[in-house]
Amino acid sequence: MITHDPDTARLVSALAASGGAGTDPATAARLHARLVADAGDAGLLDVAYRTLDTPAGSLLLAATEQGLVTVAYAVQDHAAVLQRLADRVSPRVLRAPGRLDTAARQLDEYFAGRRRAFDLPLDWRLSKGFRREVLAHLPRIAYGSTESYAQVAEAAGSPRAVRAVGTACATNPLPVVVPCHRVVRSDGSHGQYVGGVAVKDLLLGMEAAA
Amino acid sequence: MARERPPVRAPEGTAPAREAAGKPPFERLVTAHGPMVFRVVRAVLGPADADDAWSETFLAALRAYPGLPADANTEAWLVTIAHRKAVDVLRGNARRPTPVDAVPERPARTGRPDDGDPDLWRALAALPERQRQAVAYHYLAGLPYREIAALTGGSTDAARRAASDGMKTLRRTYPPPTEER
Repeated sequence: MITHDPDTARLVSALAASGGAGTDPATAARLHARLVADAGDAGLLDVAYRTLDTPAGSLLLAATEQGLVTVAYAVQDHAAVLQRLADRVSPRVLRAPGRLDTAARQLDEYFAGRRRAFDLPLDWRLSKGFRREVLAHLPRIAYGSTESYAQVAEAAGSPRAVRAVGTACATNPLPVVVPCHRVVRSDGSHGQYVGGVAVKDLLLGMEAAA
Repeated sequence: MARERPPVRAPEGTAPAREAAGKPPFERLVTAHGPMVFRVVRAVLGPADADDAWSETFLAALRAYPGLPADANTEAWLVTIAHRKAVDVLRGNARRPTPVDAVPERPARTGRPDDGDPDLWRALAALPERQRQAVAYHYLAGLPYREIAALTGGSTDAARRAASDGMKTLRRTYPPPTEER
């Protein structure tokens, strides 16, 4: 960095933070909100995101103009998930909670036991081919019930693709909303989960109790 | 293992993902460089126009971002855009009929607490435009004089002189607060 004599340092520090502010949280919030509004008006808000605190930890929610495109658990590393969205959808990614109000409300209701199905526009672009066919079947597994990986494979039209069903669930870009947690092992044990086994236990236990 | 088939309905992305690969989400630029850009435009334009210039800078940057090379220096790129937006504002103000010397009589015009120190804005506003730019781009944005010269025109030496003359004047016109004791 540039080094200064005391008098220059005094001036630079005054320029940087006159009145002890200038980069304070209120200024940053005001400017950010205006950027989000302007970007929306100009059609430049390709990916909007926010986080949501839930009993399953902090969830990252991201939406394109088409709909919800990503739900991610903290264990998936939110920064890495945002980078993947920048690479695969668009680098025009902004923290813009407004577009996710409805999704956040429905998730709050779900975790409070007051919602059994999600009614949200979904953007499926991060899931392709057979994986997408598998995921498209999952919302038909009713709240509080489960299916085995083999049953899902059969429902998706490929009864022998049991391991591919596991892969589809492990790479589900929309967990919770697309309920891959309702897919369990044939012996009834819960099996793996994108948010961790403890979260799968939590969700299934919550649904069973409701 | 995974039996990939052609997509049933091909979900095409809205942006050229190949071109953009590896570039950070735009939000990271706002967080990392937003405060610096605000300090720069506030020093060049004063507090009343800083919000507008900042907003136009970041909206223009957001628009152009997918086409920016992944290895570009985003900080210098943002300062370049901020410079152009600030020049637009300065040219626009020059065409307005409001007398400039009336402005310093109205501290904190926007009524916001972070508009800060009217003495400093008065001292900066009194500098020639080139000096104000050179001071802001060098001392607040950290741009080398060579890059400042590329932005404002003129030689590297002229940019260095402009920053040095600007700081010399500010030392005189914006005295240290200890003098008030």
